[in-house]
Amino acid sequence: MTGPGSVAGESGQHEARSAPAGARFAVGDRVRVKDDWPERRGPCHIRTPHYLRGRDGRVEAVLGAFPNPEDLAFARPAPVRTLYHVLFEQPPIWQEGEPGDTALVEIFEHWLEPATPERKAA
Amino acid sequence: MSAPARAASVARLEKLLAALMAKGLVTEAELAEMQARTDRASPEIGARMVARAWLDPAWRARLVASGSECAEAMGVSMAGAPPLGVLEDRPGLHHLVVCTLCSCYPRAVLGYPPSWYKSFEYRSRAIRDPRGVLAEWGTTLPPGTKIRVVDSTADYRWMVLPMRPEGTEGWSEDQLAALVTRDALVGVALPVLPMAAAAE
Repeated sequence: MTGPGSVAGESGQHEARSAPAGARFAVGDRVRVKDDWPERRGPCHIRTPHYLRGRDGRVEAVLGAFPNPEDLAFARPAPVRTLYHVLFEQPPIWQEGEPGDTALVEIFEHWLEPATPERKAA
Repeated sequence: MSAPARAASVARLEKLLAALMAKGLVTEAELAEMQARTDRASPEIGARMVARAWLDPAWRARLVASGSECAEAMGVSMAGAPPLGVLEDRPGLHHLVVCTLCSCYPRAVLGYPPSWYKSFEYRSRAIRDPRGVLAEWGTTLPPGTKIRVVDSTADYRWMVLPMRPEGTEGWSEDQLAALVTRDALVGVALPVLPMAAAAE
């Protein structure tokens, strides 16, 4: 069941709706990717890589707002969500790699929460 | 080159297309136009965008701000295509693009993705062991360079704007564009002078 004006077709899917006026996070904000695993609860379509769940990163850019692919994939009405470019330190993810190397990944707002302060001063 | 399509896959594709057309979701003409557009696209478009950025600081700024706008300015129709983002390499920072989830690729300006880009091996290793992948590619970064792997997970498509190689002072846009390979636009290789490559 497709709601009116939701999923028009290929042309509608990728057009950024310039609505990040309501963006929750700003460039430079420390964020945490939710440690959530919807794939364990049933069929789903998610764009948040498994290796980033629960990881802290920093907002590099606010890319715009796009219809939520988690709904698009099932032809459901897809509300737009703000999309961020989030930068992660790479070595902590895999417990290997070279310090200073990073991963830059598109993450939708509903997958992000504010990162809690560092647990202890270094 | 990819292996020939299996008969079962072709049959399934034909059934899918027939169903889509029966439902009026897509027409033969739309499919032909989409295929023609992808056929027309090639890494030469991306290479020219890069060469121009090496020569013209205003174009570079515009390219980094909006790859889509610059693609349109070069006559590439971006209507219905995902927005194009451009990742600017600089001294000490090298970008490498991968799509770990599937095979998202800036087709509008690079054409069809190579089969290795879609392979499980590249998709799983580029994000975890980018230095190992580059080493196997024979790509040597300047000492001290950090790698930024860009995982193309959502609505953007990403292209690398590599650094201009030394020894190309005074080169024309055509000469420079010829140095920029598809692999350099993905970030697995660097633009190199033909002589430097031969000397290695």
